[in-house]
Amino acid sequence: MRVNCLNSLTTVLDFKNLYMNPSTGNHATVVTRAVEKYAETPGGLLPLLHEIQASLGYIPKTSVPMIASGMGLSRAEVHGVISFYHDFHDEPRGETTIHLCRAEACQAMGSRLLEKHVKSRLGVDFGGTTKDGRYTLEPVYCLGNCACSPSIRIGDDVHARVDADRFDQLLDMD
Amino acid sequence: MVRVFIPGDTTACALGANEVAAEILRQAQQRGLEVEVIRNGSRGAFWLEPLLEIDSDHGRLAFGQVSVDDVFELFEAGFPRPCEHETYLGKVADIEWLERQDRLTFARAGLTDPTSLEDYKKHGGYKGLKQALKMSPAEIVDEVTRSGLRGRGGAAFPTGIKWNTVLNTPADQKYVAANADEGDSGTFADRLLMEADPYQLIEGMTICAMAVGASQGYIYLRSEYPKALMILEQAINTAREANLLGDDIGASGRDFDIEVRVGAGAYICGEETSMLESLEGKRGLVRFKPPLPAIEGLFGKPTVVNNVLTLGAVSTVLAEGASHYEDYGCGRSRGTLTVQLAGNIRRGGLVEIPFGTSLRTLVEDFGGGTASGRPARAIQVGGPLGAYLPASQWDTPLDYESMSEVGAMLGHGGVVVFDDSVDMLEQARFAMEFCALESCGKCTPCRIGSVRGVELLDKIGIGDERSANMDLLEELCETLDGGSLCAMGGLTPMPVRSAVKYFPEDFERGLEDL
Ligand SMILES: Cc1cc2nc3c(=O)[nH]c(=O)nc-3n(C[C@H](O)[C@H](O)[C@H](O)COP(=O)(O)O)c2cc1C
Ligand code: SF4
Ligand code: FES
Repeated sequence: MRVNCLNSLTTVLDFKNLYMNPSTGNHATVVTRAVEKYAETPGGLLPLLHEIQASLGYIPKTSVPMIASGMGLSRAEVHGVISFYHDFHDEPRGETTIHLCRAEACQAMGSRLLEKHVKSRLGVDFGGTTKDGRYTLEPVYCLGNCACSPSIRIGDDVHARVDADRFDQLLDMD
Repeated sequence: MVRVFIPGDTTACALGANEVAAEILRQAQQRGLEVEVIRNGSRGAFWLEPLLEIDSDHGRLAFGQVSVDDVFELFEAGFPRPCEHETYLGKVADIEWLERQDRLTFARAGLTDPTSLEDYKKHGGYKGLKQALKMSPAEIVDEVTRSGLRGRGGAAFPTGIKWNTVLNTPADQKYVAANADEGDSGTFADRLLMEADPYQLIEGMTICAMAVGASQGYIYLRSEYPKALMILEQAINTAREANLLGDDIGASGRDFDIEVRVGAGAYICGEETSMLESLEGKRGLVRFKPPLPAIEGLFGKPTVVNNVLTLGAVSTVLAEGASHYEDYGCGRSRGTLTVQLAGNIRRGGLVEIPFGTSLRTLVEDFGGGTASGRPARAIQVGGPLGAYLPASQWDTPLDYESMSEVGAMLGHGGVVVFDDSVDMLEQARFAMEFCALESCGKCTPCRIGSVRGVELLDKIGIGDERSANMDLLEELCETLDGGSLCAMGGLTPMPVRSAVKYFPEDFERGLEDL
């Protein structure tokens, strides 16, 4: 990527567009559209679920029958897939997900301490959403940033060498 | 116009590269200077990120660990012309940490704009495919076999043999699936390759398709890598526009296209059959083998499943010839080894070197010791299912055979250093916990035994019937070892047993120590 002015840099940096297709219309419209898009795709259930979750923030339980009939699957199959993968959720979530790396390279740099701090600062355990609805905290097992641990991901942005102070700073800036 | 390079890589950005890039443009604008900022890939010297580079008559010059606050000073000192500043490192070519490596797969990383096809071709890209298109499928497979290339995903299976099986299995449809799940903690080589040199993966997959007769490829990418996704999508589109993907590639009469599929946060989906299930839109349950994926893989069709680095290396093998690649390495480990130095390490990053270098050389010479400055105590090699090795084992040469002789494995090349504050019982407990969390659920020892392992270690930790529980722990390891369908359950004993064997003192504390 080449940029020679600030405006074009911001477009380059705007990775969020990738996952976030701003939701238009109600849940049913989003689901119907996604089903139409992926009905013919071989093995299309995962991309379909990703798309629904990106638009709505979660995969409503009420959408399972529609997904099942559209994809030619049973409800149990669709439910089975949603529950198998850590990324998929069937309850509403906070606006932004904070992924805290719990894996070994981060442990070696103090992530266990950071985990305690993050949980108490946000007032939630893993899987929990802050009272103001802004953040959901999730564990993650490696973000590929292991040379500069501990790592956390806020939305789609990864941060390196995060200690308690840095975490507070990141939250204050967000 | 002066060209300034600032990596767009995940780690570089995690250390502030975006902010530095923005500040450079701002300062340049204010001073009426024309600069072109190129978001290159990272060279993998992550400890030096954000690593800024500029062109000069003597080649590229580097500034290391640049922060936003440095930018104003840099401009005052004459930037973007060569200038004196505390971040100035001299010529990139002279940075010892990089200069001492043998970069084959990562030769272009950091040099180029990852999304530029022109850059890729200018630096030797697509030479391999051009060669391949002149050869018969069997000749391509033969070249790969002769190079001695073994899979880089963990199991180290000879790539040529796998391809040969797919080539010789008749079918109306075959697939190439790149395993970009990179689930092993402490590893980032696949990510770096995809973010810094994505066309190499695309080229390798295309060569593979030509060799085995596949017309569709998938890249199964973990969802933890959003930047890699963006870069891959862009590169695939560009390759399509240039007729390097799609119908009638380079007027060869052959078709091949690639789709990126994003995983959903399941470690087990890196196991090849689980990955195939996931690509089919199902739960990632591990399949029984046989049938091998090479015979009945994706949607029941013959499928090559290879790691990102394996497919990347194929481009080099075809471009430079099998013997060039084979010249690197030792014994039955041919080519280069990509080690990822991670955890508590001063100079972490990607080190590509010939097989056979020792852990000590890596961690002391390249790594510069621990980041904390305390003595290193344990090194975990090969991801979460790999062994923890104490100092007495650090002279073992890093190659597949030597590692297995000491009860360890190279895996995907992750090297995670811990200092002397590590509690090895905690680490063993984590291995069991991770197995419980990520088990696909098919085998009882893996699903239930791992939970039991956590409980046992908790008891041992408080000195509760220690010797009886230690015996039970070993029995449990035996059960996992023998009663697991795949290496998730089968290898979880490796970190656990190595912790017990090499660091027994951490399992001997009693109630009185608490
Ligand atoms: C639990 C488990 C996780 C694995 N994770 C990965 C992974 O993330 N990436 C990968 O390339 N291979 C992974 N593998 C190895 C694959 O099953 C397979 O051997 C590999 O993708 C084959 O490619 P290669 O021959 O090029 O190494 C994993 C294996 C197991 C048992
Ligand atoms: S060992 Fe574990 S992950 Fe592997 S197949 Fe059995 S239950 Fe699944
Ligand atoms: S182990 Fe935390 S980023 Fe890899």
